[in-house]
Amino acid sequence: MEGQIGDLEVEKHVQYILSVEKRKDNFESVVMEHLRMNGAYWGLTTLDLLGKLDMVDEDEIISWVMECQHESGGFGGNVGHDPHILYTLSAVQVLALFDKLNVLDIDKVSNYIAGLQNEDGSFSGDMWGEIDTRFSYIAICSLSLLQRLDKINVEKAVNYIVSCKNLDGGFGCTPGAESHAGQIFCCVSALALTGSLHHVDKDLLGWWLCERQVKSGALNGRPEKLPDVCYSWWVLSSLIMIDRAHWIDKEKLIKFILDCQDKENGGISDRPDDAVDVFHTYFGVAGLAHLEYPGLKAVDPAYALPVDVVNRIFFSR
Amino acid sequence: MHGRPRKAPKPEDAAASAAKAEKLRALQSQLLHNHHNQIYTKEALEISAKLLEANPESYTAWNYRKLAVEHNLSHSESDPDTVKSIFSEELRVVENSLKQNFKSYGAWHHRKWVLSKGHSSVDHELQLLDRFQRADSRNFHAWNYRRFIAALKGIPDEEELKYTTKLIETNFSNYSAWHNRSVLLSHLLQNKVKGFFPKEKVLVEEYEFVHQALFTDPDDQSGWFYHLWLLDQTVKPETPLLVSTWPAHGSDIIVSAEGCLDGRALSPFTSFHSDAGTFPLILYFNEAVEGVNSSTVTVKSVFTENKDLVWKPLATMCVQPLSSKHAERQSVEMILWRDVNFHFYDAHVQESSPIAYFDRLSIKKDHEPAASKWHAKTLVNEIALVRQLLSEIDCKIGKLTLARLLMAHDAMVSYMAPHSHKKVHSEEVLQLYSDLMELDPMHSQYYKEAQSLVLLQQVTSNRESLLKHCCHHRVSTSSSVGNSVCLRLNNLSLSRIGCVEQLLWVQMLDLSHNELRSIDGLEAMQLLSFLNLSHNKLSSFTALEPLRLLKLLKVLDISYNEIGAHPVDTRRYLCSSPLSHTVGSDWNFNEFVPDDAKVTNYWEAFAIFRGFNLTQLDIVGNAITDEKFKSFLIKVLPTLKWVDGEELH
Repeated sequence: MEGQIGDLEVEKHVQYILSVEKRKDNFESVVMEHLRMNGAYWGLTTLDLLGKLDMVDEDEIISWVMECQHESGGFGGNVGHDPHILYTLSAVQVLALFDKLNVLDIDKVSNYIAGLQNEDGSFSGDMWGEIDTRFSYIAICSLSLLQRLDKINVEKAVNYIVSCKNLDGGFGCTPGAESHAGQIFCCVSALALTGSLHHVDKDLLGWWLCERQVKSGALNGRPEKLPDVCYSWWVLSSLIMIDRAHWIDKEKLIKFILDCQDKENGGISDRPDDAVDVFHTYFGVAGLAHLEYPGLKAVDPAYALPVDVVNRIFFSR
Repeated sequence: MHGRPRKAPKPEDAAASAAKAEKLRALQSQLLHNHHNQIYTKEALEISAKLLEANPESYTAWNYRKLAVEHNLSHSESDPDTVKSIFSEELRVVENSLKQNFKSYGAWHHRKWVLSKGHSSVDHELQLLDRFQRADSRNFHAWNYRRFIAALKGIPDEEELKYTTKLIETNFSNYSAWHNRSVLLSHLLQNKVKGFFPKEKVLVEEYEFVHQALFTDPDDQSGWFYHLWLLDQTVKPETPLLVSTWPAHGSDIIVSAEGCLDGRALSPFTSFHSDAGTFPLILYFNEAVEGVNSSTVTVKSVFTENKDLVWKPLATMCVQPLSSKHAERQSVEMILWRDVNFHFYDAHVQESSPIAYFDRLSIKKDHEPAASKWHAKTLVNEIALVRQLLSEIDCKIGKLTLARLLMAHDAMVSYMAPHSHKKVHSEEVLQLYSDLMELDPMHSQYYKEAQSLVLLQQVTSNRESLLKHCCHHRVSTSSSVGNSVCLRLNNLSLSRIGCVEQLLWVQMLDLSHNELRSIDGLEAMQLLSFLNLSHNKLSSFTALEPLRLLKLLKVLDISYNEIGAHPVDTRRYLCSSPLSHTVGSDWNFNEFVPDDAKVTNYWEAFAIFRGFNLTQLDIVGNAITDEKFKSFLIKVLPTLKWVDGEELH
């Protein structure tokens, strides 16, 4: 099969995701129990991109999601776990997939998120005060989906993100922190969602990002680090938002992602022949969608949801 | 989740895994029980410590421990030994967890939380950090924590700089150390700290330092990225520069209106036809600037008062409703872009002074600070050094750096001596990029765009070459076209627009038959009325966002592009739309779109074209175009007279 692009094992991946949803007793599942809300978002969005969202029990999922909501309005990673902004976004995204944002008390959730903004415009993850530009992205993304962006000080939020811009054009988690593709995705998305991409030096950052593509065609997250399928999302989405995605070789990246599949048992791993998980399965499939792989729905690079889900929120009557 | 080999599950593995899972689950439910019931006994704390050692990512457990600390502190009657032991225990739990997973956000944050309560010594923390550095010099959690400790304990930047020197000398391939170095140096330079002034002295030392890295391991990217930063520090002007203006400083402009003078008798470079009786004033800076207003810019003219001028920024995407006034034209001629309609500009024809006009396009520089000689000399040194390195080894980033250095040198020399300058290095740079496309084909589009910019530099940098691309457009009847000179940059394989500062005078532009995917930069060409973008690679309407700032645009040809052919829109967030919260309350999309339409392509066209005053539009040859779509466009553009060559009635 040398030279051919290869096939995406859609059925196998669907079965893999459905099995992960059910499997709760092995060690890997228990270790991830506290972030099941993220897992739900990764699994369900992948199913939607593959056109198979109807294979799950929507009502069961939604009622579990709502069980994870805390009295503060925020969501925990699983039932009984403390609220945190990370799981609040995933909860909102899952509900958006099913077009069920209306089950929320929107003001209650928005107030929880808005309440996490600090004086300097940054966002804490929860009441314990960890600050990270990931949380800036999460706040802006979730409030946008809930159409309550006016609850925060957008100008200060943008200024804080810009203060995390580095001399290589990238962004870190806090001012002065090293550029990292994951943080770059968060900052670029947050700037995109607030019409602030003019703060990004697109040529400088675009070059830093396209240099993440190594000889094998895979993408790494920072210079001189190992490549990983999840960067197919973080790097590629960022490139797309600043219109520099054509600076990488798309064919070679597609081939790398397809090589990371477990073609027998389903799922995608960080590198070929490593163990699969639902996190890398999502980022692999979403990356392929960005690369216009046939048969996949288009995915919005900033909201990280299918484009038709986003259009439904912003353009319907 | 990362780096675990894929292996087929064996029965004994499943049993072992299930047993481990049971233990972990028991710990977790006990933890949640204690947490919800606010039980903070020694035994309960022990359970949370075991849980966090097994699973440092269990964030609720870290929250629980913070609550336990607060609870136990309030019950300890401030006995210093008890307080100390409470915090020491927290630090011990963090260290154990970090042994399991030195990238755990929860663990690092817990440590910061403890430290900010004033416990533990600087030495101890720095020793801990040293151990992590040796285990993984790229661990950004450790680096962030180091910056946190430095700020908390007031460790001076100079000391931290020495630390980066130590690390880099041990191993040049430490991007994290180079990064921290650049952050520290920026602060020290900016604050003009003793020993770090003047800037030139520091940069010379840094160049020498990074040269060692480049020669030791030319294929490692870390040094090259740092070198790029040094280069930027060398060439970037201290303050923003005014690069060009239209009208040019000191020039005479004749403004004519309908029924006024016969437009064809006027020089195309110094006349401007305006029905509305207005003309734009363009200031082009080398970077985005703030504070441009009537008190900072003085305009002396016969026609208008300084205070009447309203300055608008073009670099940002502000919510600007286009004015909906449109002049009623008596007769509108359809513009044809065929070769037969143009004839080349004869440089010998008597003209007032088109060539002299080009001279005035550049701003005269009155002074040459002594420092700029150092900058040019530094570039020359670096060019020589990189050439030497490339003679020993074929190195991709080395070649790219050389290309950048040569362009920077050309730009600097032309800035210092605008009239005598020749672009000496263009051919070599074009060749370097061709080499790079072969050496590094994965990034060939990046190199191709760089080549387009060099090409445009060649075309626009001197009067002779620019005139070769100027043509008269033959318009059959006397019309209000006025200036009929067209700049023809077609069939040049351009994948990128640049050098716009040289082209602010252009009213008619032909960019057809190129490879353009975007038209960023065109927004500065405020005089543009006629634009041909046919036969390019525009893949969405959203790519046309820069046109929204061109108030005078009347004729647009985007036929034979790729609009509607791509499911992925890379310009989605580079245009004004509800998605990025950059539209005003005048967004009335739903009034225009037909009921059964697929929203996707329609909203993009609406976002771009609403409020335009186009009289002529060509869109044939794009996947999106069908009859339904055309009628939608005609509704959105009420001023249209011609679509795809057909007159509308």
